[in-house]
Amino acid sequence: MSDKQPAVTQATLVKKAAPKSDYKPADVSPQRRVQRTFAVRLWSIRHSRLLEWFYSRFADAFLLLHPLWKGIGYGRVEAPVKFVEKRVKGFMFDCRMCGQCVLSSTGMSCPMNCPKQLRNGPCGGVRANGNCEVEPDMPCVWVKAWEGSRNMVHGDKILTVQKPVDQSLRETSAWLRVTAQSAAARETTQNPGASA
Amino acid sequence: MNGRQRDENPAGIHLPLDPLPGHTSRGRLERVLRRGEFAVTTELNPPDSADPEDVYNRAKIFDGWVDAINAVDASGANCHMSSVGICALLTRMGYAPIMQIACRDKNRIAIQGDVLGGAAMGVANMLCLTGDGVQAGDQPGAKPVFDLDSMSLLETIRIMRDNGKFLSGRKLTTPPQVFLGCAVNPFAPPYDFRPIHLGKKIAAGAQFAQTQYCFDVPMFRTFMQKARDLGHTEKLFLLCGVGPLASAKTAKWIRSNVPGIHIPDAVIKRLEGAQDQKKEGKQLCIDIINEVKEIPGVAGIHVMAYRQEEYVAEIVDESGVLKGRQPWKREIRRDDQIVADRLERILHEDITETQVDLVKTAH
Repeated sequence: MSDKQPAVTQATLVKKAAPKSDYKPADVSPQRRVQRTFAVRLWSIRHSRLLEWFYSRFADAFLLLHPLWKGIGYGRVEAPVKFVEKRVKGFMFDCRMCGQCVLSSTGMSCPMNCPKQLRNGPCGGVRANGNCEVEPDMPCVWVKAWEGSRNMVHGDKILTVQKPVDQSLRETSAWLRVTAQSAAARETTQNPGASA
Repeated sequence: MNGRQRDENPAGIHLPLDPLPGHTSRGRLERVLRRGEFAVTTELNPPDSADPEDVYNRAKIFDGWVDAINAVDASGANCHMSSVGICALLTRMGYAPIMQIACRDKNRIAIQGDVLGGAAMGVANMLCLTGDGVQAGDQPGAKPVFDLDSMSLLETIRIMRDNGKFLSGRKLTTPPQVFLGCAVNPFAPPYDFRPIHLGKKIAAGAQFAQTQYCFDVPMFRTFMQKARDLGHTEKLFLLCGVGPLASAKTAKWIRSNVPGIHIPDAVIKRLEGAQDQKKEGKQLCIDIINEVKEIPGVAGIHVMAYRQEEYVAEIVDESGVLKGRQPWKREIRRDDQIVADRLERILHEDITETQVDLVKTAH
């Protein structure tokens, strides 16, 4: 629970210390410096149902290609697939390449865009207008996630408790990992004797 | 001189209580709540010093009025004495601290270590928080950690307690026995998700919850209605956060500067219209307590009186939430008292006692 703070924080002092025209790098957070608009991200959340449908087709297609990935070797396709994945998901969702995509459980709103990287729901600091506590002009990732999940067929997946992020999977392809896992799961169900 | 108080270990006030069936901790707060009594908790303003007396003095004013004291973990991202340190001091004196753990400053390795350390010192209650962003505090240049979030933190400690394992699966020889809490803010969007989000926290392991400051009772009532409908109040003890506002100016400042605190215009108008704003702020807090204590499912209150700690006792007393019950109070042991009285006499009274006199007065 947050306390009340002393009247003026250091950040405020820094901001007020110089006139508006001065160079004040601390004025803008690192995230806002690289990103000025949230339009595409918000479009994706508005069309979460369509994207959910597309994503499940896409996952099936990727799984169909499993023999191909296996033939070339998952290690070798990792780099090109990651290249594409990073750019596509980066454009659509502002993906941060955590390597363990949970978009389908978070209403197509990438939780890694939350400044606190919360993966299980909003913090208590959401502003009354639905914007972020840390980034005052960014809509809260989790307010949007809740809206997006309401449009989705399997929107209630937002209720599952997510495990903490495995930092060792950063900058790896989530698409390939999911494909490899479901291929492995399919093999064990088809011939359970093989693994036993 | 003093008989043993309820919920006190006869072998020493700093020792854990006997385990009871159905209890996960050996602390006082869980006993009070499970007995169905209306619990009162408060927050200790952490000192910016290395003097233990500062902590003891700040805890002393709550004596006999609260069931547990929150040891805040750099709240508002401002640097203060750590919650682990405060808990170490409070448990020595027999207080029941609620150790707050914020995910902002520590990664999962440090947090799990602190959980074991805290439990070993006798901390029976832990409150899992996400923590305010670093931009809110006095050191906005710090690196925000946020390795776990409040939900995965709850789950981590629950796994440590119930399965006797670290997050990695490595076994613990003695698991921590703790009563797990979470924070809930019914006054921030997305409003319709908040009760469902609380359910998620229960699934992750929360046993009690403390809410953000409640100044809008109708809004809180709606939230509680939904929480009851979802069956949350049977699985979790919900303590409503309340606190006095010092003045209308403070209220306005908090509203625009502290994230997550919702203060309706009516409250500010009422404070502005008052002769003595500080007194009115206190009265407003008491009025809110009287309203929320009647809401079904509210198991207690959490009084946050930042820099007005001396009002906590008055607020609790005047609202009558304890219904005549007296929470545990630190009392000086009888032998300590005799020694202190004797010393006082020898040092300050100008008398010379013969040994014969001494023997006579001792009986």
